[in-house]
Amino acid sequence: MSKSFFPWFGLDIGGTLVKLVYFEPKDITAEEEEEEVESLKSIRKYLTSNVAYGSTGIRDVHLELKDLTLCGRKGNLHFIRFPTHDLPAFIQMGRDKNFSSLHTVFCATGGGAYKFEQDFLTIGDLQLCKLDELDCLIKGILYIDSVGFNGRSQCYYFENPADSEKCQKLPFDLKNPYPLLLVNIGSGVSILAVYSKDNYKRVTGTSLGGGTFFGLCCLLTGCTTFEEALEMASRGDSTKVDKLVRDIYGGDYERFGLPGWAVASSFGNMMSKEKREAVSKEDLARATLITITNNIGSIARMCALNENINQVVFVGNFLRINTIAMRLLAYALDYWSKGQLKALFSEHEGYFGAVGALLELLKIP
Amino acid sequence: MTCLIKGCNFVLKNIPHEAFVYQKDADPEFRFQTNHPHIFPYLLVNIGSGVSIVKVETEDRFEWVGGSSIGGGTFWGLGALLTKTKKFDELLHLASRGQHSNVDMLVQDVYGGAHQTLGLSGNLIASSFGKSATADREFSKEDMAKSLLHMISNDIGQLACLHARLHSLDRVYFGGFFIRGHPVTMRTITYSINFFSKGEVQALFLRHEGYLGAIGAFLKGAEQDNPNQYSWGENYAGSSGLMSTSPELGPAQRARSGTFDLLEMDRLERPLVNLPLLLDPPSYVPDTVDLTDDALARKYWLTCFEEALDGVVKRAVASQPDSVDAAERAEKFRQKYWNKLQTLRQQPFAYGTLTVRSLLDTREHCLNEFSFPDPYSKVKQRENGVALRCFPGVVRSLDALGWEERQLALVKGLLAGNVFDWGAKAVSDVLESDPHFGFEEAKRKLQERPWLVDSYSRWLQRLKGPPHKCALIFADNSGIDIILGVFPFVRELLLRGTEVILACNSGPALNDVTHSESLIVAERIAGMDPVVHSALQEERLLLVQTGSSSPCLDLSRLDKGLAALVRERGADLVVIEGMGRAVHTNYHAALRCESLKLAVVKNAWLAERLGGQLFSVIFKYEVPAE
Repeated sequence: MSKSFFPWFGLDIGGTLVKLVYFEPKDITAEEEEEEVESLKSIRKYLTSNVAYGSTGIRDVHLELKDLTLCGRKGNLHFIRFPTHDLPAFIQMGRDKNFSSLHTVFCATGGGAYKFEQDFLTIGDLQLCKLDELDCLIKGILYIDSVGFNGRSQCYYFENPADSEKCQKLPFDLKNPYPLLLVNIGSGVSILAVYSKDNYKRVTGTSLGGGTFFGLCCLLTGCTTFEEALEMASRGDSTKVDKLVRDIYGGDYERFGLPGWAVASSFGNMMSKEKREAVSKEDLARATLITITNNIGSIARMCALNENINQVVFVGNFLRINTIAMRLLAYALDYWSKGQLKALFSEHEGYFGAVGALLELLKIP
Repeated sequence: MTCLIKGCNFVLKNIPHEAFVYQKDADPEFRFQTNHPHIFPYLLVNIGSGVSIVKVETEDRFEWVGGSSIGGGTFWGLGALLTKTKKFDELLHLASRGQHSNVDMLVQDVYGGAHQTLGLSGNLIASSFGKSATADREFSKEDMAKSLLHMISNDIGQLACLHARLHSLDRVYFGGFFIRGHPVTMRTITYSINFFSKGEVQALFLRHEGYLGAIGAFLKGAEQDNPNQYSWGENYAGSSGLMSTSPELGPAQRARSGTFDLLEMDRLERPLVNLPLLLDPPSYVPDTVDLTDDALARKYWLTCFEEALDGVVKRAVASQPDSVDAAERAEKFRQKYWNKLQTLRQQPFAYGTLTVRSLLDTREHCLNEFSFPDPYSKVKQRENGVALRCFPGVVRSLDALGWEERQLALVKGLLAGNVFDWGAKAVSDVLESDPHFGFEEAKRKLQERPWLVDSYSRWLQRLKGPPHKCALIFADNSGIDIILGVFPFVRELLLRGTEVILACNSGPALNDVTHSESLIVAERIAGMDPVVHSALQEERLLLVQTGSSSPCLDLSRLDKGLAALVRERGADLVVIEGMGRAVHTNYHAALRCESLKLAVVKNAWLAERLGGQLFSVIFKYEVPAE
């Protein structure tokens, strides 16, 4: 039995998004309910009866894990996110709802746990328990994979990723998880090599991540949300923006096995004024997406080669609702590795850090 | 691709100081690499519109191992879209003035102060353009350009390191038109390589990065001719320097080249190789002082060469009295060389490491360009005539001396002869004003012992031992030097039973004796002296060319024939005379056999630097450590 007081939260404060997991106990006895503090009840009600909070908070209902048993308690695990930009509002809410009186420990990971520690304390009167983000990430993934997704597989891959018609999302049984290359694509990217539950290392990272895609898109197209950026990208044609191998060679560059459709120079056509004037915002958005995604795939592939690992799991909120990127990663990894590497994805992609934080709270190893 | 690699191999092997390392806060920032005999294997990252990564294992074996679509085209394309700037160089200029932290999300932006947990420094970029996803701010062109430059350079550096690691390579050369000697770009790439490889991989840039493909194409076309059988040199007159098209340069420097760079290379008729007697060829650096490093010395020598220019121009005109346009050409030469000197004042690294040798060679190349291949030819002829007439007398008086006295007299003769150097201002002043300044006077005026560097006693001791098998002598000036100084010295060695290889310049430089001149002089002397005559007949005295047309001496680029002869005859003594060959270069050269380095320091500044005065004597006798 956990000695932790409700509410049970796990917090992951990233560069762009705050991820929050909340365990809603469903096995509350009548006695417990009697003793329950008002503020705790109202928190539970607030979180579970809404799917949106304020103007930017979202609860991903489709990800809710039902009938989970955690530390002997049965309940549902909820997944909530909101922009880090609005964290002050969250802290303020915590103050207004008197969180501090609940004596709960806030387990938080991500850079923001450090950056906002003072704010939590001074404004919300809340003590944060800061946790290492990579530890939490690994813990979170392993746990979620073990409990599955309401009976379905957490982990999946794409068959025929390049073919719009034949492309299928299929479950993948991660029965031999180790070794694993974990590519976490948030604002930035971290790449980890995982050898066992307790043995992993950060191999490298790149600053060309989700934040870059979103940032560049905003500058190039004037879009304001991630959803908008992806929506534009889905309607664009990146080949108008990029210079392909066939644009330079007239076809394939056979000597080095470079297919004509490969991008030789991202945004390469934009050196010309006429072409700049001929592309649409959608084309630019698409090109940005393709460029960032291909680059991540490339780096991931090189790391996999150097570390001798052939399973690569891509997680992080860059991939949220981003089927284009996922399919591209799947295809690129398969193509350039000549089928040696497999790209895997996860339903709860961006929440693992927060889950890991929750597990720390509950001292679940 | 083939052309690219051919071109890259070519420049790495043939252009001295082609590759360099860039360290922003070091002084100097540019560190040039000497041509390492073993350049393979290496990783070439060619950054054009896109990026190609090639592993080069041998001259003919190379493999495209990867690439990236994020390259120069991306910088230009995205840069144009974001900043509305159309020109590539302008984008770089904007970038050099930007603050990327306004646009990028740094680790410290995510973590606040404490970022040790990830083991990353707060200044690292966590997410490029991570701060620009907001509608309520405008971002400056400069900041966006800088961010873009960092993004691309870091990405390329990272990919290069991943490939280097996979193929166990520790050197990465960067080619292509993206870098263009731009400090910000080189700094970021160098930093990126250091970071991602934890200091294990070295980033090297090429001065002629953009020419690799074209050079390769040329070589392929010239394949019939087998270009690799030749040696090549960079012609400083015809080549513009590093960063010559940089927008940072003043208009004066850019005047000639406009918006493009030039590279001119001289094809030398005979291949050049290392002197077999060098102790450690890979670490041999001919130059004694690095002027890119030593600012004081650099300022002195640049001024010295500027001041000498008038005299050189006069000499050039005077050497072609029958030419109608000599004066016009001489003025063009003056302008050209003057501009080169000014370029070097601003960018000492323009042609690689700056040395007195490169300044001298540049002058020779410029003179050649304006058809003044040998301005001293008449002077040399006149002095040879005078000296030849004195030769019998000098030899007679030497023969009359006792053995020990003669050895000293011979050395003094060598030194005194070396005083007659039109290249040195101090001497040319005297020679201009007093044409009868003679050999005897020079000997008398020689510094008294102990000399500035004086190992004569050890040399004398050595002479009491067995004769050397074969001596290799690098001659310096024409006239009195070669005839009254060197030849008597050579004669003595021959009498002792030592063979002599006399090496002279392949082409003219100042009043240095050339190989073809030495043949004539030897013949004339043989006509007067039986010792020299029989030595020539019996091939105990051999005259060869050095492969050089410089007043200085690079022992790693010598005529193949000379090297072969050195090996064949088992040369065990090397004699280098003159400031150019024994002081400006090779002063610290380490050889595998005994060596003599002699010179009279004819430059007051240099003499003072070495701890002496004008006309100080250097007599360095060295024996290799066991």
